[in-house]
Amino acid sequence: MTSTTEPAQRGGINFARLLMSFGPLMFLAVLMVVFTVLKPSFIDPINLFNIMRQISITGLIALGMTFVILTAGIDLSVGSLLAFCGMVAAVVAKGGTANTLSLATSGTQGYGWCAALLAAVIVGALAGGVQGFAITRLKVPPFVVTLGGLTVFRGLTLTISNGGPISGFDASMRWFGTGLIGPVPVPAIIFAAAAILCHIVLRYTRYGRAVYAVGGNAEAARLSGLRVDRILISVYIIVGFFAGLAAFVLSARLNSSEAVAGIGYELTVISAVVIGGTSLFGGIGSVGGTVVGAGLIGVLQNGLQFNNVSSYTQSIVIGIILILAVAFDRWLKSRVRR
Amino acid sequence: MSAAEAVAPSPVLLAVEGVTKRFAGVTALNDVSLEVRSGEILGLLGENGAGKSTLLKILSGVMPPSSGRILFDGVEFAPHNPQDAKRHGIVTIYQELSLIPTLTVAENIFIGRAPLGRLGLVSWRKMEEDTRAIIARVGLDIDPATPVSALSVAEQQLVEIARALSLESRLIIMDEPTSALTETEVQKLMSIMDRLRRDGVAVMFVTHRLEEASAICDRMTVLRDGKLAGHLDRDGGPIRLPKIIEKMVGRAASELYARPTQRDVAGDVRLSIRGLRTVRDPQAPHAIVLEGVDLDLKAGEILGVAGLVGSGRTELARAIFGADRTAAGTITLDGKPIAPETPADAIKLGIGLVPEDRKQQAIFATLAILTNFSIAALGRYSNAAGFMTERRERQALANYRKTLSIRMASPEQAIEGLSGGNQQKVVLARWLARGPKVLIVDEPTRGVDVGAKAEVHQILVQLAARGIAIMMISSELPEVLAVSDRIVTMRRGRITGEMPGIEATEERLMELMALDQKQEATQ
Repeated sequence: MTSTTEPAQRGGINFARLLMSFGPLMFLAVLMVVFTVLKPSFIDPINLFNIMRQISITGLIALGMTFVILTAGIDLSVGSLLAFCGMVAAVVAKGGTANTLSLATSGTQGYGWCAALLAAVIVGALAGGVQGFAITRLKVPPFVVTLGGLTVFRGLTLTISNGGPISGFDASMRWFGTGLIGPVPVPAIIFAAAAILCHIVLRYTRYGRAVYAVGGNAEAARLSGLRVDRILISVYIIVGFFAGLAAFVLSARLNSSEAVAGIGYELTVISAVVIGGTSLFGGIGSVGGTVVGAGLIGVLQNGLQFNNVSSYTQSIVIGIILILAVAFDRWLKSRVRR
Repeated sequence: MSAAEAVAPSPVLLAVEGVTKRFAGVTALNDVSLEVRSGEILGLLGENGAGKSTLLKILSGVMPPSSGRILFDGVEFAPHNPQDAKRHGIVTIYQELSLIPTLTVAENIFIGRAPLGRLGLVSWRKMEEDTRAIIARVGLDIDPATPVSALSVAEQQLVEIARALSLESRLIIMDEPTSALTETEVQKLMSIMDRLRRDGVAVMFVTHRLEEASAICDRMTVLRDGKLAGHLDRDGGPIRLPKIIEKMVGRAASELYARPTQRDVAGDVRLSIRGLRTVRDPQAPHAIVLEGVDLDLKAGEILGVAGLVGSGRTELARAIFGADRTAAGTITLDGKPIAPETPADAIKLGIGLVPEDRKQQAIFATLAILTNFSIAALGRYSNAAGFMTERRERQALANYRKTLSIRMASPEQAIEGLSGGNQQKVVLARWLARGPKVLIVDEPTRGVDVGAKAEVHQILVQLAARGIAIMMISSELPEVLAVSDRIVTMRRGRITGEMPGIEATEERLMELMALDQKQEATQ
């Protein structure tokens, strides 16, 4: 029998494996140390909470995007969908499309934050479901479907808002964007809670297993009895839901829903997921990685700003870090394979 | 008529001398020698695992031999890679054709060496003119601007042969070229091969199909278990089938495949299939379809399904499992008619399938062994709220790890790190976890090393003893003989024979699998 086939060198592998699972996290830690050395006030709690508030919007969408990318899919429409859901939330919250910043004192004309939140997430989930349907039933690749979605949702947003913003929400709604619980910003708490929930779903539930399996090998998943199409549709519903939730929080924070909100967000979101170690080929990745990835981008942006680096240079640096982070991840994994 | 019958034999073009190839612990090719002359067709025959593909890989420069040498045109020949072999004049045409489907015929033939006109730009006119001349040599008359994807498999094959000729190849190796062709296309290919022979090209014809080899080959070299089983020469007439079969089989009952004593299978009929037909896909007109299959499978029995590539054996498995659509026929399970439309339906009814291509269809290479194990039985290892009950899941895997002796480091390990045999055991455990009524296993030991093969066979026998009805599809006859209680043979989408396992011999099965055309015509 072949009992000699097992690898004998276990010690080295464990170290590399440790590195691998915490690779992006180490990257983040190093970055924070560097920024602190450059400017000690970087590490002030106030600034850190600020970063958390900043990353919560794209972070929420990135959670949903993690599900999508785990199935080897992609969703390019999230930025436009965010604007669309934000506009829907604003219309519901204010009971109309009038831009009435000055009357921000009461929500008596509208339907309140609760209805606005529900409208945003339901519209987001529905939009995701429609795209998922097109991907599975019409057999159009996710890249193409959501590229179409990107322009469709932007167009819808501009249509209902007539191009302008809808501003001025009541205090109870704004709390979701600007409020604090103790010293912690509310958006950060929403993001953290959502991240924990997603982690539990992906790591501990039957559904989570199925998502990984579909991304790992769709044909094997089908032959193992999984309803692959349903699972694919569901992940687009999830990312749509999170785009809706993020839209609500963003509108609450800015006290305004902008028709031009979220332009380019899809790239930040996908970057966060990929930096976090999730494979674009599906089947590999985690929510923890995505949270770290989102954190890494947030820390970079904030730290560079803190050191007066121009926003032009920032995008250069972030792009290079994206490539380096993935290269580092690859390198670590190739070490483990050996 | 042909050069082979001339008095003076033409010079030896390729001489393989004592070539051996070892992989970690396994000797795939052991001291094999053969010769190919210009202007002759040499048949290379042998069962699956006899070493044919290893030899082809060595000749085409995919990998070097462990020892032994190869002479090409009297000079030592050691290609570093397939391009190198091509430059020397040896072209191998594989079952999976290497044309680029989106490019045209002309572009494929001139890939990497397009004729240039003035200004150093590609001269499309010259390319198309040359292409016409080149494909005419293989009897093709198609527009050189046709994209390859629009051609039939047979036409694509001819394009590849034409390309080989245009590279001034002196030896063309064809690996199972007829497996995807219709009878008329086979006839056409044969006449092209004959023309090549008359042009002085050496052809090595690697095939399973004995009657085709017999019809065209001047000589044959037969491999068995990685060793040379013998050479056969045309002697006035074609080389006769029984002589080939004798050489191919010619072994004493191998100790690996100990015949089981006839087991008492008194089970009731579990699965009954009548008149099963599948749909012909207009996208793939050459794909095999089932032409009306009748079959009964009893509880506790292992039914061996023997058939060559293209016999419809895999299509049968997929149709029962709901993976492919059926056009007509009935399936009953325990007396109740069933019509699974998806694998999920079939699995719910109690049918499991271990597919033929483990990497593409069965395993989730990058995922943990644990997930690979439980994926078909997620409901069994999760609670009503949808949470995995991981302790039970791990316990179950630990049990199978012991009973099936799966060698692995931990349940978290990615399954791609396991050997083929251990991967296959995990896939078997996946189905055992569901406790199926019917288990279909397609090529259960493909890519599994010799020791683990016997273990997989043992597992199948034990499962049958527990009352599971097992249908085992295999192209390895010793395997079929070793574990089957009953054997059916398939050819071209039909069942061509049936016999108790104890009465079957490789010779009888092979005849039924390769039933010649006259017999088929009288059916």
